[in-house]
Amino acid sequence: MTYLQAISDGLRQEMRRDKRVFVIGEDVGVYGGAFKVTLGFQEEFGPWRVIDAPLSETAIVGGCTGAAIMGMRPVAEMQFADFISCAWDHLVTVAAKQRWRAGTPVPITVRLPSGGGFSGGPFHSQNPESSFAHIPGLKVICPATPEDAKGLLATAIQDPNPCLYFEHKHLYRRLKAEVPEERYETPFGKARVHREGEDVSVITWGAMVHTADEAAQQLEGDDISVEIVDLRTLIPWDKQAVLASVSKTSKVVVLHEDTLTGGFGGEIAATIAEEAFEELDAPLKRIAAPDTPVPFSPVLEKAYIPQVEEVVAGIKEVAEY
Amino acid sequence: MATTSAIDVVMPQMGVSVSEGTITKWLKQEGEPIEADESLLEISTDKVDTEVPSPGSGIVQQILVQEGETVEVGTKLAVIAPAGAEAPAAEAAPAAQEPPAPATQEAAAEAEAPSSSEGETPVPEAAPPEAAPAPAPPAPAPVAADDSNGGGEKTFISPVVARIASEHGVDVNQVSGTGRGGRVTKKDILGFVESGGAAEQPEPQEQAAPAAPETPAPPETPAAPAAPAPAEPEPAPAPAAPAAPAPPAPASTAPAQPEAEPGESYEPMTAMRRGIAEHMRRSLDTSAHVTSAIEVDMSRVVAIRKKLKAEYQKSYGVNPTYLAFVARATVDTLRDYPWINGELRGDQIVTRNYVNLGFAVELADGKGLIVPVVRHTEGLNLLGMARAISEIAQRARDKKLLPDDVQGGTFTITNPGGYGTFHGTPVISQPQAAILGTYAVVKRPWVIQDDRGEDVIAIRPIMNLTLTYDHRLVDGALAGRFLRDLREKLESWDETKY
Repeated sequence: MTYLQAISDGLRQEMRRDKRVFVIGEDVGVYGGAFKVTLGFQEEFGPWRVIDAPLSETAIVGGCTGAAIMGMRPVAEMQFADFISCAWDHLVTVAAKQRWRAGTPVPITVRLPSGGGFSGGPFHSQNPESSFAHIPGLKVICPATPEDAKGLLATAIQDPNPCLYFEHKHLYRRLKAEVPEERYETPFGKARVHREGEDVSVITWGAMVHTADEAAQQLEGDDISVEIVDLRTLIPWDKQAVLASVSKTSKVVVLHEDTLTGGFGGEIAATIAEEAFEELDAPLKRIAAPDTPVPFSPVLEKAYIPQVEEVVAGIKEVAEY
Repeated sequence: MATTSAIDVVMPQMGVSVSEGTITKWLKQEGEPIEADESLLEISTDKVDTEVPSPGSGIVQQILVQEGETVEVGTKLAVIAPAGAEAPAAEAAPAAQEPPAPATQEAAAEAEAPSSSEGETPVPEAAPPEAAPAPAPPAPAPVAADDSNGGGEKTFISPVVARIASEHGVDVNQVSGTGRGGRVTKKDILGFVESGGAAEQPEPQEQAAPAAPETPAPPETPAAPAAPAPAEPEPAPAPAAPAAPAPPAPASTAPAQPEAEPGESYEPMTAMRRGIAEHMRRSLDTSAHVTSAIEVDMSRVVAIRKKLKAEYQKSYGVNPTYLAFVARATVDTLRDYPWINGELRGDQIVTRNYVNLGFAVELADGKGLIVPVVRHTEGLNLLGMARAISEIAQRARDKKLLPDDVQGGTFTITNPGGYGTFHGTPVISQPQAAILGTYAVVKRPWVIQDDRGEDVIAIRPIMNLTLTYDHRLVDGALAGRFLRDLREKLESWDETKY
């Protein structure tokens, strides 16, 4: 099953078992969504539960927030994660704070097709997870595998807080794996050791898990054993798993597709420095995109998004320190 | 540090130049509970005798070095297991430390196996950059900026390596590094620890160095303390007479142990005695010793002391001894004679704007002498001086001196007068320039002038003072003027000034 099918299946299962769950977004109904995640949903669940929204992210998230306050479990789809900036106010000012302000839970899930790698340019390729990780009250989910995509989506929909579900477009149809048929929830805040290793820990999430994995395979030839920790969720993030891996290898690379400055990797780096200083055997290295918009040009985009070669070089540098 | 795992107790570094110490007494036995900072054992080094506090709370699980044995600084002496926990002896086990008790020279040499070719090498500089596991002898100094790492480059020690080193008592400089620029990585140090490097490290040391109490030191032992630092203050001289005919340094002792002749018996040298022997010999080999003496009429001091004694005792609990008067006047005089308070260092003459005054203190039963130092005596009045002398002498006798208490002296006073001797030729405490001897105050017929300017014989308390000085730096005339001024200060003691 592909990553995309896993999301689709997970969503369908939630809608079948919980009548409070509905989907809203641009072209999610008749068209089945820009990426066909909700293909066939309107036929199955009807136009009242699979709503084609006007071209207004503000309206979509605002409507979801109100519905959630009234007891529904809306799942909003942003056609591209990049467009969520239009919904910033509703998400950050209302949804994230409602629980503190009025005590009302706001169980909305916003699906955010994110990431680059297909020449989508600056408005269709971003990974804005760290912007939202900075906002107390929001949860940030970044599945890297089909199995996690399905399980984390179920958890997000059932979670009483606003959840931002970053699904990576590059993985949609490229990534295939066995996914359990039955419904299950994958807990938030529990990292997954994607690959065990001894020499260097790579802390990452989303599509970069697979970039790191390719790098790790190449580095086997150099006798460098790489451990990959897939955070799965950034808020909450699994500090313990990261610190455990740091204690094991004492050398760390933090890898993300988002831009470097203010990226969530900085938070991880700071935490390691604060809580695992005495475990470090080398300076921590961050590998991330440069602080520019995502370029259109395939050549430039390759230079922008961390590639396997760059990760190999970064890990080597730390390993050889 | 919470006692969750076994803690090693190691021979502490008691002063920069001290490389070994002797266990004189275990205050706790195996199986006894102990609190953190409670005294665990007594040790004797050539600088001080002191008690070693426990680094943690728990049970004394294992004592690895027996009383009377002399071991290198850093050698594991005991293991403290956390209270309650039956600490696995894993750590301690491989360190099957107890050195083969009989320890013939050969046995010791054999045990030292891995680096027998280095047998003669004094400890600190050895550090071979080659094979990691070869347990090179540990340098006594802790990790930091010791440049004994191969080419002398200082490489970065990462936080995790520093932590592992301190947990296992490993000197990072002894681990060969495979990281960038030869840096010791976590893997390197873990490999070193696992290969037994850390545990075994002290072992060969222990056997190679001390030569056990039975035998008077194989050649390399004295080499170690002697080699490091000729430019360093050391404890000082005994009253001259006994010290002068100092036995030849043990270094020259033939390795073969001759049988005692009939009627003779052998007694092992203590660490302190070895230290004194080495220092006395070195001092005589270094300085050009010359002694000048002067007689001082102590009438005025005696009278003032009589008056002050009751007052000082009552108000402060301090006895204004003659020594305190002499010391006070000496410090004052030294201000005018900076070279006598100075030092020859290379081809530079060192002078100071302070006087750190050493006092030779005899330890009980005549088995040793130590020279604790009172710092910055130029700031002490008579009362302060009397109090400082009494306090530091007491600490010396109670074995409570800290390493710093015996270092950094700039001038020394020795006081063998208590036994009635009226003259002596003390040995200078290196690297100082001179030492003052004070002798018994004796009533003598003394020629003075009466009111009419005529000579009469009076009975006066007279004290001899000697100044033994390094003639390389201090000329006889300078020494004479110093003694004249000192006498003048004592004979015309100005109460208002002190």
